[in-house]
Amino acid sequence: MYQLGNLVKDLSDKHGRTRESLLPILQGIVEKHNYLTDEAMVEVAKELDISAAEVYGTASFYTFLDTQERGKYVIRVCKTITCSMKGKIEILETLEDMLKIKAGETTSDKQFTLLETNCIGWCHKAPAMLINEIPYTELTPEKVVEIIKGYMQKK
Amino acid sequence: MKNKGLNKVDLIFEKINAEEVLKKAWEMSNQSIIQQILDSGLKGRGGAGFPTGLKWKYTAAIDEPEKYVVCNADEGEPGTFKDREILDKVVYKVYGGMAIAGKAIGAKKGIVYLRGEYRFLLSQLYKELEAFHKMIKEIGYDFEISYRLGSGAYICGEESALFESIEGRRGEPRNKPPYPTTSGVFEKPTSINNVETLVTAMMIITHGPESYSQLGTKDSRGSKVFSVSGDTPIPGIFELELGMTVQEFVNEFGDGDTKAVQVGGASGFCVPRKKFQDTIIGFEGVPTGGSMKLFNSSRSMYNVLHNYLDFFAEESCGQCTPCRVGCQQLLRGVEKVKKGEIHSNYLNELLKLADTMKVASKCGLGQSVGNAFRTIVENFREEIIY
Ligand SMILES: Cc1cc2nc3c(=O)[nH]c(=O)nc-3n(C[C@H](O)[C@H](O)[C@H](O)COP(=O)(O)O)c2cc1C
Ligand code: SF4
Ligand code: FES
Repeated sequence: MYQLGNLVKDLSDKHGRTRESLLPILQGIVEKHNYLTDEAMVEVAKELDISAAEVYGTASFYTFLDTQERGKYVIRVCKTITCSMKGKIEILETLEDMLKIKAGETTSDKQFTLLETNCIGWCHKAPAMLINEIPYTELTPEKVVEIIKGYMQKK
Repeated sequence: MKNKGLNKVDLIFEKINAEEVLKKAWEMSNQSIIQQILDSGLKGRGGAGFPTGLKWKYTAAIDEPEKYVVCNADEGEPGTFKDREILDKVVYKVYGGMAIAGKAIGAKKGIVYLRGEYRFLLSQLYKELEAFHKMIKEIGYDFEISYRLGSGAYICGEESALFESIEGRRGEPRNKPPYPTTSGVFEKPTSINNVETLVTAMMIITHGPESYSQLGTKDSRGSKVFSVSGDTPIPGIFELELGMTVQEFVNEFGDGDTKAVQVGGASGFCVPRKKFQDTIIGFEGVPTGGSMKLFNSSRSMYNVLHNYLDFFAEESCGQCTPCRVGCQQLLRGVEKVKKGEIHSNYLNELLKLADTMKVASKCGLGQSVGNAFRTIVENFREEIIY
């Protein structure tokens, strides 16, 4: 859980309070906190004067608008065909070993969430993954260890 | 007709003086802009291949003060990554194409719908947009571009789902008609084009339609940016003249052991080695939004098919039954055949299901699942069964 503060208000001021502002506002919350709490969705509903069910119904359509608790760093490993041919399994296993979680889970310190995703547009440099919005490509298990170590030091 | 072979082209990434071209377009009548695009023979580069000039003409013909130019930068088809490169390297030409389209159809607003996976590009894209807005204003254009981001849903690349998404709703495709040219985003006349289509349109205005239409074939004019990946020593982004055979493509990009090429991504067609020679890459043969995946003989085509079906089962928006249930059934079906839980004749039933999905699904996603399914099952039946 995170403190929402003035975020929903600020985002609504920036993007407006009409229906078409809904996605940019939800995306703004996710950009900051990586997932949507019920509280956040209720507040957005109030701000835009629509029902909370509408907000939830819309958010739940979009993979990146997570409504489950996520870590500070969301890792999305591409599982589509080229990455899968070029060693995605080893990449995922390396991450699972390092973080001691399975795909779909979040570390207990809430730092990392490990997910799989569909093609992220880096097939020529497969295997690839995203950490939050940053793409990492031509991955090897060694490279993954270095990258994750870097994030661990950041926290 | 003798085919053209494999020829590299440098048009999309060619450096041009955008200001000069935009000035030239500003001096042209809207009709003559549209006529040049029509004369070039350009067809949409996002996959469906609708003639761009016609799309602009239809949108222009409608008398309505509020119209839109939408740039489809959702690029979600597995194996496609050329739009990212175009945005990264020559976004000023994407903006230029949008402004020219806007003038031609009478739209003052442009929207780029960028897939969420490419958000890391955004700050750079905004920076260039600011300079662009300033430049076109000085020329006289009354046109403004804004961005909307996707959030990880492949279906939002489908044009009507994309409009729904811009409007703040679930990305569920609409019924057609009405078509976007009469009722698109915010129910206003909209010309929606792929990133590459818009750049190509600007290049046609730059060099004239004659030189462009000399490239390619009767049904597939011009050149196209290909995203090449899989079993190839040189994966990457290549602009090639249309009209080559798959064999010629494989001669250039294969690793000497290519057994199949998937043309057009998960929603495209699988071409096996025995058909390389006779299959033309283009609208007269296998069309493609640019995705070209090579598989060598070490690869299991069952795994390829399974991966695609898994993709579709996840990405189907679930709105209509043939696609929602069909994707699941195809996936479970091939799994059962592979495990020997059901007789291999069951594949024939699944092929019928894929055909039903083609006619009964509401949008292009459900309608195209059968492309890969049929071409892989028919050409690699043993690999699916054993
Ligand atoms: C499931 C599905 C996904 C699509 N994804 C894209 C996409 O990512 N990019 C794109 O340009 N067109 C995509 N399209 C095609 C668009 O609906 C539309 O035809 C295209 O944007 C028109 O532009 P064009 O004429 O310049 O190709 C998709 C279509 C379907 C059915
Ligand atoms: S065909 Fe599939 S993706 Fe398209 S509307 Fe129907 S369920 Fe949704
Ligand atoms: S298949 Fe992984 S980035 Fe395209």
